[in-house]
Amino acid sequence: MEINKERMSNQVLLNKLKDQLPNTRELGLVVFILIATVFIQSQNAKFLTLENLMDLVKNTSILVILAVGMMLVLLTGGIDLSVGAVVALSGMSAAVFVRDFPKIPMIMSVFIGLLVGAVSGVLLGFFVSKGRILPIIASLGMMNVYRGVTYMVGDNAWVSAFQMTDSFKKLATGSILGINHLIWIAAIVVAVFYYFLNFTRAGRRIYAIGSNAEAAPVTGIDKDKTLLLVYGLNGLLAGLAGVLWVSKFASAQGDTATGYEMNVIAACVLGGVSVSGGVGKISGLLTGALLFGILNNGLPLLNVSTFWEDAIQGLVILIAIVLNVLMKRNADRKVLQGRKL
Amino acid sequence: MELKKEENYLTKKQAGGLAKFIFTWEFILLLIFFGIQVINTSLSPNYLSQGSLSTALMNFLDKSFMIFPMAMILLLGEIDISVGSTVALSAVSLGMTFEATGSMPLAIVVCLLVATSCGVINGILINLFPELPTMIITLSTLTFYRGIAYILLENQSISGFPLWYQQLGWGSIGPVPLMLIIFLLVAGIFTCILYKSSFGREIYAMGNNRKASYFSGIKTKKNLLLVYSVMGLMAGVTALFLSSRMSSVRADVATGYELEVIAMCVLGGISTSGGKGKMLGPIIAAFIIGFLRYGLGIINLRAQTITMILGVLLIVSVLITRVDLTRVKEKMIGRGETK
Repeated sequence: MEINKERMSNQVLLNKLKDQLPNTRELGLVVFILIATVFIQSQNAKFLTLENLMDLVKNTSILVILAVGMMLVLLTGGIDLSVGAVVALSGMSAAVFVRDFPKIPMIMSVFIGLLVGAVSGVLLGFFVSKGRILPIIASLGMMNVYRGVTYMVGDNAWVSAFQMTDSFKKLATGSILGINHLIWIAAIVVAVFYYFLNFTRAGRRIYAIGSNAEAAPVTGIDKDKTLLLVYGLNGLLAGLAGVLWVSKFASAQGDTATGYEMNVIAACVLGGVSVSGGVGKISGLLTGALLFGILNNGLPLLNVSTFWEDAIQGLVILIAIVLNVLMKRNADRKVLQGRKL
Repeated sequence: MELKKEENYLTKKQAGGLAKFIFTWEFILLLIFFGIQVINTSLSPNYLSQGSLSTALMNFLDKSFMIFPMAMILLLGEIDISVGSTVALSAVSLGMTFEATGSMPLAIVVCLLVATSCGVINGILINLFPELPTMIITLSTLTFYRGIAYILLENQSISGFPLWYQQLGWGSIGPVPLMLIIFLLVAGIFTCILYKSSFGREIYAMGNNRKASYFSGIKTKKNLLLVYSVMGLMAGVTALFLSSRMSSVRADVATGYELEVIAMCVLGGISTSGGKGKMLGPIIAAFIIGFLRYGLGIINLRAQTITMILGVLLIVSVLITRVDLTRVKEKMIGRGETK
């Protein structure tokens, strides 16, 4: 009897432990990251230094900001191919503002960038919600439009480092408490959206729409409004990323961030965000973006030729998502077996 | 008497068919196409010459070869965004084979083989992992294929193809460009496949309801693999014409082709959610986009402005069909209420 009780409590304890472990998807990715880290470290001891890790996180933070916005869109079952163009457009607008009005406080240019991003996001959201155009088509069209507007705003020229004020360039290069501004901003964005997605009504509505687009309106959720909000927020974050991008690289060009939307989507998908909607967590997204950061940071340390980077990146994405699927299948099978018993 | 009745009936039926056609999206597309021709002609007096018309055609026909399988993929409710990279990889393999062996026919065969195997890999992955959206699978192969192209050729370029090969892109039979003839031939073949073969009808069935068509005995996985392989093959054909037209090969060719091809299909009335659309639409849409681009080039618009206008065109065209649908719906609801 005693032994049985003990065994029972052991079982309960084990189950509790299992619940506390992150789910299998993230666990697989974490294992993948650990293997990659050990491998890179064994090839080049510079990898796991504080300085390099700071660099890694700093260079990943813009991706994280964009990925948070993209996750909102993916959660509703949509997709946004226009974020790269929005990054370019808002960055260019902010840079042009700084160039033409260097006397006005720098913070105004940030607001301009955010505003441009939010407006372009809301416009796309309008087409998706009211126009009922499929998100992939609407964002494909708007991608071309925003890219064209970027060239118009910049008058087909670059805004280079010498035309920007120092305070604007400090935005992405300065640091507080020895930690780069970019990392702070990304951390704040992640914290705010973690709260928003998990603890506010609007955040839960996004999940509801993604899980069942037909049932959600029946329960009284205003689908159009939520979609507008989601695309607007995504645009706002893309605007923020655009300003930071231009400030970081100290140059605004018409072709900034061309094709970057694919990296953002890939980071989300690696992090377990489902493209069919309703599934995805901020923690997963962070691991996905981290893997991207490790690849971008680690491959040069391994002395890999730049021409190999694309292929390796593509292969790693493929392996990671396939591993995810296999682990998920395994988990599902176990659940089914558990039911049988 | 009987005969006359039948004749009467037939003409009526034909007239009904014509009236039906006037209200289709394809007819609107045709109108847009002729509108663009009129505008282009008024913009430049030299536009209607044989030379400028065939230049306009050659500029867009090479990527238009991909609209046929892409339309099929969209009809299935899937998507393939790796085609641009497939074009680049097969073009690079064409160049490398030519450089290594000096034999152009062998290079062409290798190019088509590489392109088809890219498509087959996509198809196999999609069949192995049905949980993953095709968007994601082809997103990873997009990066991967382009990456292999970069590994193979780095930032070099290969040129010096034989003269007869350049005729593929530039040659013409009489006044008609060779590329147009081949395009129309391929268009005919694909339209026949889609409408006259059981395979084509199975694609529509699968696009409307994959599960139901599986249970009614359609080999869904085999069809999916076949369509993606054909997609790869046509990407190879595009690579042939592209390399012939540019008479050189680089690893960064055909960037963004996938989006252009998808845009042509969507403008042509193919629904990306599957099951809806005709082959004629994308064909007209390809010509519309091609000639619009050429016309905007005549009035010296920047390339970026032209893509912007194409983006607006894409959204407006989809919006128009939406507005129509809602109106029809409202009418039907209104009828229900009066009863």
